[in-house]
Amino acid sequence: MAKDRSTDMRYQPGFGPLAMICLAVLYAPILVLVAFAFNANASVAQWTGFSTKWFATALFNESFHAAALNTMLISVSATIIATMAATAAALGTTRVKAWRGQTAAFMTINLPLMVPEIITAVSALSFFALLGQVFNINLGIGNLILAHSVFCIPFAYMPIRARLEDMDFTLDQAAADLYATPWMTFRRVTLPLLMPGIASGIALAFIVSFDDFTITQLVAGPGQTTLPIYIWTQVRRPITPELNAMCTILLSISILFISLSVLIGQKRR
Amino acid sequence: MTVLESRQGLEIHHVGKVFSQPGRPDFRALDDVSIRIRPNEFFTLLGPSGCGKTTLLRMIAGFEHPSEGEIRLDGADISVKAPYERPVNTVFQSYALFPHLTVEDNISFGLEMLRRPKASIDETVTRMLALVRMTEMRNRKIQQISGGQQQRVALARALAPHPKLLLLDEPLSALDLKLRKEMQIELKRLQHETGITFIFVTHDQEEALTMSDRIAVMSAGRVQQIGSPRDIYDRPANRFAASFIGETNFVTVKLLTVSATSGELELPGGTVIHAGVPDGVKFSPGKATIVVRPEHAELVGAGAGNLAGTVTNIVYFGTDTHYHLRLKDESSFIVRRQNRHGLSFGPAIGDEVGVLIGEGVAQLVED
Ligand SMILES: Nc1ncnc2c1ncn2[C@@H]1O[C@H](COP(=O)(O)OP(=O)(O)O)[C@@H](O)[C@H]1O
Ligand SMILES: [Mg+2]
Repeated sequence: MAKDRSTDMRYQPGFGPLAMICLAVLYAPILVLVAFAFNANASVAQWTGFSTKWFATALFNESFHAAALNTMLISVSATIIATMAATAAALGTTRVKAWRGQTAAFMTINLPLMVPEIITAVSALSFFALLGQVFNINLGIGNLILAHSVFCIPFAYMPIRARLEDMDFTLDQAAADLYATPWMTFRRVTLPLLMPGIASGIALAFIVSFDDFTITQLVAGPGQTTLPIYIWTQVRRPITPELNAMCTILLSISILFISLSVLIGQKRR
Repeated sequence: MTVLESRQGLEIHHVGKVFSQPGRPDFRALDDVSIRIRPNEFFTLLGPSGCGKTTLLRMIAGFEHPSEGEIRLDGADISVKAPYERPVNTVFQSYALFPHLTVEDNISFGLEMLRRPKASIDETVTRMLALVRMTEMRNRKIQQISGGQQQRVALARALAPHPKLLLLDEPLSALDLKLRKEMQIELKRLQHETGITFIFVTHDQEEALTMSDRIAVMSAGRVQQIGSPRDIYDRPANRFAASFIGETNFVTVKLLTVSATSGELELPGGTVIHAGVPDGVKFSPGKATIVVRPEHAELVGAGAGNLAGTVTNIVYFGTDTHYHLRLKDESSFIVRRQNRHGLSFGPAIGDEVGVLIGEGVAQLVED
């Protein structure tokens, strides 16, 4: 089939240069940031030579360690909670007869994607303040885990729901026909077939929680510094390539998870 | 003894199904369906698309619930049981094989759910693979076998737990003609070798006639007739059953006298003949309809026989020839004649001919 060149975006005048500008604007600063993480001297503007010493400095920095530990604890917990909730929500919105309020439920689950994050952050802050003052409940780092879990749910929900909608419901009926109870049907048929969706959901939820700044900044109590928050505090000091190294480490982890999510999504098509 | 016997098998007792959906009027998919299926029977539900065959099958399997009536299996009401509690297995139209499992794991799925011992599962899987001639495919993934092979795996998977009923929803419709003919024979063999009751759904009348012990002809959510293929072909109960199965001629006649088994009637030309009466149908004298299969009528010279007409068309089929006639009352009539060697009498288009409807050939039908 011959492509009609007049309607293909790629052949519109100026498409090439515009694309180059966009890519440059998007990625050049990141590339510069990553490049200076390998600078030999203490400047983030003047290149003198190649070195990996700033990565070593970063990795042996105690505060960076503590922040990394906090981040892992929060992200992993929030990812697990959010993915379980999202899986249940996806099953509840696809594997049932059409019910009144289904659209409303769908919107409610996805609303956090639309609400400005600062609003979510402020409301989370006031919620935990209320818990603390009125009910005298303080969950410590649990506050952060809870807040992260909630805003990760829609991110985990999307790929899981997409996968469920692609799945043939007759397979569940075939399992029931072959004496599988609803639980066994879920364990032996639905869940294994849903795994790619769940894996994508896990990867998405993890990176969303991993690099969250706004909500964490407002909700975090003393000693609950995460990696993005720690890096932000470092920015206000004289900047050394150590910061670039930290950013590069964060960036690599994010890219790793995004790639995993995309790869898993493609493999099972 | 007789009481016990009569409670064996599947009883579909005045079952109806109404689908109600928000924003749409209720839809009646099944209306007062009563069928009794005997153990070890090859029973077919035959009817055009949309007549409710799948709905009935899904109710037997437990995926739908009857709005009215009862479904009893060996005397026990199963309408209250969940699908996984019923000793009934289904071969789905789309096969619905588990794509993440191998051929072997698909077949053993039901047995594992029934918690059969490992050794017994292995033995059964081996036997099933041999039964459907798929022994070499044991460790293949489902995506690595052809459509016809998937069909066999679906059969083996459903037969492995040795259910009381095997439900098959148009299982052959996705196969090409040659494979379909092979599988028809294969299915009969499997039913014979396993001794399991098969309930087979099809919209293909030829398939139903060649495979079934008995057939229920369905239309618009109702059962039109239940009987052996011979019964249904030779003695259709009504116009729908007669026209859906095979080719047929309808002739409007005047019914003179009628008993439970036979009626005396006057043909359009004025000749009086006798016609059979289908079981359990009541007729009263007056205007009536008879059916005559094209191969049961005989072409004779003008003036002879008991109907008169003009040849309007002749269609040659190799094995036989169809003569299209226009009768005196302007209705059309087809006579099918086998092209035997040395046939002398051969009318041409436009010729006046007679038609002989022999004794016991005509059947009264309900309109
Ligand atoms: N879940 C349902 N909701 C509403 N109508 C349905 C549903 N299932 C089947 N029907 C309708 O019931 C009728 C019978 O369907 P079905 O049993 O699938 O027919 P068949 O298998 O004989 O082709 C059809 O008109 C179909 O549209
Ligand atoms: Mg159907």
